[in-house]
Amino acid sequence: MDRQQLRQQVLQELQHIAPELEPEALRSDRPLRDEVDLDSMDWLRFLGALHRRLGVNIPESDYHKLDSLDALIAYLEPHLT
Amino acid sequence: MIEFKLPSLGADMDEGTLLEWRIQPGDAVKRGQVIAVVDTAKAAVEVECWQEGEVFELLIEPGAKVPVGTPIASLLEAGESADTARRQLPRQPAAEPVAPVAPAPALGIPVAGAAPASRPRVSPAARKRAGELGLDPTALTGSGPHGVITLEDVEAASRAPAPTGRGPSERTAAMRQTIAAAMSRSKREIPHYYLSETIALGEAMAWLQTRNAQSTPQERLLPGVLLLKAVALALREYPQLNGFWREGGFQPAADIHLGMAIALRQGGLIAPALHAVADKPLEQLMGEVTDLVQRARNGSLRSSELSDASLTVTQLGDQGVDSVFGVIYPPQVALVGFGRIAERPWVEDGQLCVMPCVVASLAADHRVSDGHYGARFLGEVRRLLQQPKSL
Repeated sequence: MDRQQLRQQVLQELQHIAPELEPEALRSDRPLRDEVDLDSMDWLRFLGALHRRLGVNIPESDYHKLDSLDALIAYLEPHLT
Repeated sequence: MIEFKLPSLGADMDEGTLLEWRIQPGDAVKRGQVIAVVDTAKAAVEVECWQEGEVFELLIEPGAKVPVGTPIASLLEAGESADTARRQLPRQPAAEPVAPVAPAPALGIPVAGAAPASRPRVSPAARKRAGELGLDPTALTGSGPHGVITLEDVEAASRAPAPTGRGPSERTAAMRQTIAAAMSRSKREIPHYYLSETIALGEAMAWLQTRNAQSTPQERLLPGVLLLKAVALALREYPQLNGFWREGGFQPAADIHLGMAIALRQGGLIAPALHAVADKPLEQLMGEVTDLVQRARNGSLRSSELSDASLTVTQLGDQGVDSVFGVIYPPQVALVGFGRIAERPWVEDGQLCVMPCVVASLAADHRVSDGHYGARFLGEVRRLLQQPKSL
């Protein structure tokens, strides 16, 4: 899976949580939870969806590395098998 | 003959528009079965029936807007037949005035074509999509089998400028009005008092971190669930905060059903009940909270969940505020608020340290309790949160 496909899949899962999200308007270098207005429950559901779809289990101790959409993609890439 | 009336949908919901029937005449109805879907200013609600019987007649059509308490269906009790019920009808005045069944004028439903026994007229996917778009699905013409309104019909309507139906801005306006009405009533009638307490969560957060480190996202617990459980357990000791002000007096609630204030993505909020919180393990509560939030947002709450909360909890920590002092949701008599969990300077055993803390607040009704009682309640919440394993 290339970076573009990964980004597509992540955005699809985000849109399940936040149907009003317009991917073009999302600034991918800004804090993701503010950009998409994700509360802690939304965030956990989003990580659960990524776990199911991509098989990557992101531990709580790594949450601080996932500050933006770009950072999340960069984190996920090396974890994909 | 059982007359089924539109049940209460919460203090700020005094009417509903029937979206679809989930039953037909002749069907057997079990206790707790969802028999209809009703739209309110806030969300679509699945209406449950708490009596058993056989459906005799559906008294209103999809599209009709009726006040809470209006008879909307009649059921035959065990041993009754359609014939005996019909013979009874003239002697039953209550069954006759079939309420102000005024079909909402803007809907344009072909009433003549809609037999009461017609199948559900809107597919669930279509209703969900219509909700997202702020469309009224019952105003559309169905192209599916038996005239069912399908997802495609909704998508087609969203592309065309719709002259009828409730647009998102109208929906928001209606929601703001219902919230304003309930909150004005609360501030007018309830003499509120407010308390707050900063609670150390060092033990609780360390326990959660260890527990969550071993688990997948689906199995993780949020700190908010610990807070809910602590409130519920404390209410067992402080029952004067758990109940309702009705007919000039306090009625303690039999169970501890916590209303959870949930922000809706399109704006506004709704506070459905999480049932019997004190009796459930944290894992089960977490699952139920997740389910409740999802259902609140996609419009499949049940009528009982909107009317039986005995105290509401609001958690605004995710928005980054330190504390929240809430407005009591009538007829409840108290509301507990939690702000953000944040690390703060803290003194423990004479030593300055860094401690994760949360500010808990209580808004309570002076007709029922006093600050002294409320303070002891918050103290109990604090005590419980120091022993996370026992939650």
